[in-house]
Amino acid sequence: MVAQAHTHVVRIRQSWVARVTPYLGLALVALVVAWLIVNAVKEPANFFEVLLIGVSNGALYGLVALGYTLVYGILQLINFAHGDVFMLGGMICITLVTEVFRLGEGENGFVLFLSILGLLALTMIACGLINATVELVAYRRLRNAPRLAPLITAIGASFLLSNIALAVWGPEYLTLDPILPRSEVFSVGGVEYRWNQLIVLLITVPVLLGLVYLVQNTRQGKAMRAVAQDKDAAGMMGIDVNRTISFTFLIAGALAGTAGVIYALYYTNVRFDQGFQLGLIAFTAAVLGGIGNLPGAVLGALLIGLIQAFNEGLAWHAPGASWTQSIVFGILILILVFRPAGLLGEGEPEGA
Amino acid sequence: MARHRDPLLWRGLAAAGFPGARVRWLELPGSFRRYVFPLLVLGVLLLVFLPLRNPDPGFLITCAIAYALWVMPRVPRKIVLPLVVVALAFLYPLYVDKLYALPVLETFPAMTTMVPVAIFMVMALGLNMVVGYAGLLDLGYVVFYAIGAYVAAWFASPIFAGATSNFGAAGVAPGFPGIHISIWILILAAGIITAVFGVIIGLPTLRLRGDYLAIVTLGFGEILPQVARNGENVFGFNLTNGPRGITPIDSPGFGGWSFLSEAGTYLNPTTFFYWGGLVLVAITIFSSWRLRDSRLGRAWIAIREDETAAAAMGVPLMRTKTWSYAAGAFFGGLAGCWFAAYKTGVFPDDFYFQISIFVLCMVILGGMGNIWGVLLGAAFLTYLDIEGLGNIGAWVNDNVGTNIDIPQIKFGIYGLIILAVMLFRPQGLLPEARRKAEFEDALHGDELSEPKVAGERS
Repeated sequence: MVAQAHTHVVRIRQSWVARVTPYLGLALVALVVAWLIVNAVKEPANFFEVLLIGVSNGALYGLVALGYTLVYGILQLINFAHGDVFMLGGMICITLVTEVFRLGEGENGFVLFLSILGLLALTMIACGLINATVELVAYRRLRNAPRLAPLITAIGASFLLSNIALAVWGPEYLTLDPILPRSEVFSVGGVEYRWNQLIVLLITVPVLLGLVYLVQNTRQGKAMRAVAQDKDAAGMMGIDVNRTISFTFLIAGALAGTAGVIYALYYTNVRFDQGFQLGLIAFTAAVLGGIGNLPGAVLGALLIGLIQAFNEGLAWHAPGASWTQSIVFGILILILVFRPAGLLGEGEPEGA
Repeated sequence: MARHRDPLLWRGLAAAGFPGARVRWLELPGSFRRYVFPLLVLGVLLLVFLPLRNPDPGFLITCAIAYALWVMPRVPRKIVLPLVVVALAFLYPLYVDKLYALPVLETFPAMTTMVPVAIFMVMALGLNMVVGYAGLLDLGYVVFYAIGAYVAAWFASPIFAGATSNFGAAGVAPGFPGIHISIWILILAAGIITAVFGVIIGLPTLRLRGDYLAIVTLGFGEILPQVARNGENVFGFNLTNGPRGITPIDSPGFGGWSFLSEAGTYLNPTTFFYWGGLVLVAITIFSSWRLRDSRLGRAWIAIREDETAAAAMGVPLMRTKTWSYAAGAFFGGLAGCWFAAYKTGVFPDDFYFQISIFVLCMVILGGMGNIWGVLLGAAFLTYLDIEGLGNIGAWVNDNVGTNIDIPQIKFGIYGLIILAVMLFRPQGLLPEARRKAEFEDALHGDELSEPKVAGERS
């Protein structure tokens, strides 16, 4: 009997849902790929143009998604107010451009370069401070409260921030005359890649590299990783946990500020209620890539950006812009239900 | 623990040269002491009212009722107070236009405000079953409200012109196109259909941990209104009539009596919908109260307090959570159906995401889990939303000299309320004793102690 028990392989019965899910997922992806190929063959120029738009969108979402993922990694908290910090960044940037820098179209390249650097620095600082203040006010007191408490205050903070923007800047779109040069950088098959699109990437890539350096190679980054892993142990090792969390919020806010600047300069109009929507899309990106995982957030954001652009831009059987939100949230729900760890996540997030 | 200090009155008297006042007071017989303070207040009230030439009778009656309830001994008060509240609520349409003016708020809520108040009370109590009892954060509650409303719209309006049927609907001319089923049947049907939908949403998602569940419900809350807006042409079929909405919805009459043409009488449509809403509120209160004390309700509270411990004690997690979803959805559907009948139309823009948060704000403000608290929160916030904020804003602008459009930033104010309540009084205005203990334990607990919630890493 004993020998038999040793040789017997224990088989865990999987439910049929769990067995069928991967195939259904693959089928869905194959369907989407087939749809893309048909579109690419039918109208290659349009496809390529939409692809470039998608990459720009993705870069923008990536910056916001990184903020979600950083905060989630350290506090296991969905910071709903993050999207609104991004929106405030856009508002601050537009106000700076029109009131302080007084830029117009066709500025001298060097002046433009310095102005963008100045805009970035000021907006990043402002948004970082806003985000750190949100943490200080809304989350710090609730560190040991039931888990839903900070989630609820996050929603309260989000509503508060967006309505502060409403009170300050009014209910209409705040618009900016385009200041980025729109001449072409290169063109492939009649599709132009313009400077304003390139500038989005020129801002995003160095910021991302800076973030990776910060998290991987600095003392503060090490502290962040330690606190994310185990707050109590990190505290006992002499790390100031609250300061590290504040710093994380500061960095996340600065990323949102960068995204705000890009959004303001590239799309040139911002409204008080856009932050929450875009924040949810970026959160979906973070979940898609695997929340808490920095490269995952960028990958998820690129995918979401592409999906959005393809959905809104392709000609053949695309559902169109009025369905974008439904598609994005549909992806969010599917990922959370069937693969909560996301694409790059290792194992399930604890407790899932 | 703060050192015990005597109330201000005794310290003041001691400072004024009567050091033994407290002791001498306590030596007086209790039957005498009990009536001294009420009599003093009565004296002050008389001093206020006697010099008035024409005191407002409504205000006098309010003061008299409040005073009588206050001095009444505890045992009859426990019975009389609810009776008085119920009577005042039901008779409200009869005396509302005879009431006096209030400071700042100006008027008592009009009947057109009281109908949404009743509807939001039902919704808040429904959400309370999910958030307050079972501790599952639902950020997409508006979905159930919308489904209830669309059930009313589909089965009691000319939307499906292909079918022509009438089942007990009032005031519908013979041969009028569309399906027409009596609203009284539809209310129940809306509740049941919505509950089934709640189970469908719940089954795959309720396995998720709390914050993921919140975000999934939020996702549903964003998707469904969009489907309603784009549902004009679902593979050639007009499901929701798109942004133009579905209208008109039949009136909830009896036989040939449709209530819709009786404006100016006591049984005008608004009064009728108010009384109907009150009946729904009463049903919801009774159900909440019985559910809470049932085996199922105790299982919900056990899950809320500690999921792991509840599972270890044999509470079936999935089934219990799904039931809480279904129960919450049922009452959301009721509210939605009644709202659609009241507005005689359904429009996708009525079901935006902020409503979910608005209802959540009611539950949090009143006190998660406490029926009376949630009712108070719902009544107060709905009144603020429809009338109060406008009046307060006008008063502030007139008296402070500012020029703020306060109703425009109302969601900021609700956000502030949510923040303030969660930070400073997480148990709400009228806390449930059990919930209060939970939060206090968490706020004043040892920093390094074990986490209170299953799966949490502190």
